[in-house]
Amino acid sequence: MPELSDYLILGAILFSLSIAGIFLNRKNVIIILMSIELMLLAVNMNFIAFSHFLNNIEGQVFVFFILTVAAAEAAIGLAILVVLFRNRRSINVEELDTLKG
Amino acid sequence: MGIEKFIFYIFSVLLIASASMVITVRNPVKAALFLVLAFFASAVLWLLIKAEFLAIVLVLVYVGAVMVLFLFVVMMLDINIERMRAGFIRYLPLGILVALTMAGMLIWVVSGDGSAFNHSVLHGPSYSNTQALGLVLYTNYVYPFEIAAVILLVAIIAAITLTLRRRPNTKHQKPAEQIAVKRHDRVRMVKMKAEERK
Repeated sequence: MPELSDYLILGAILFSLSIAGIFLNRKNVIIILMSIELMLLAVNMNFIAFSHFLNNIEGQVFVFFILTVAAAEAAIGLAILVVLFRNRRSINVEELDTLKG
Repeated sequence: MGIEKFIFYIFSVLLIASASMVITVRNPVKAALFLVLAFFASAVLWLLIKAEFLAIVLVLVYVGAVMVLFLFVVMMLDINIERMRAGFIRYLPLGILVALTMAGMLIWVVSGDGSAFNHSVLHGPSYSNTQALGLVLYTNYVYPFEIAAVILLVAIIAAITLTLRRRPNTKHQKPAEQIAVKRHDRVRMVKMKAEERK
């Protein structure tokens, strides 16, 4: 039977991989969104592992809410991406500097 | 090594391999498909620690809805992949450094003897994970549950209003004006004498 630390190490590796994904693909918004999904997956992995190994169902309730919010976030993010591409003909992050922030 | 540990290692390797393909592969469509593979592998890992409902929800919601949405958007947009890849090599050392540091520190914190934390109980065959989740979700967490529903509604409205395109010269009906119309807007009563037939 895998232990709690096995799942936590897997979640840590997954989270670090998605951070590396944001660093490597910093021009492509689609890959950045996918990396955010991977990050949320890593967090959910930790929640479910703790929920099982501490015998407390409430961790799974939190995963349920995280899944809901992640689905909403993906839908709105992709809608913004479509509007952005329609107006600018590009989704390059470095060209999005009209706000001068 | 028991069969459960074996399955865990097989699917962890699959998950990490597909996650690294997501962030390194050239084509965004392939990245989305590798992300689907990553979700399937983690669904198996969740099944292994008896979170059956969430494993199924992960496959249904993520693979069935969110990733299909990603694929639609990726295929609708005309992306110049070569320009998107510029800077990949330049940021590679920094990305690897940050990822390795972060992974090293996290693993250093969470690894160790986890057997002290193991309070898991082996449920009988009549135990239902879905029922246990529902018993908590619809009682203690009913208020957050309804907020989640509102969040989904807001997401629907936001996505539709963002992407709705109104062309000025298209012909379409306006139901509000159609309903609000009165008789005197359309019909003009004319009084005239009856004419004699010639």
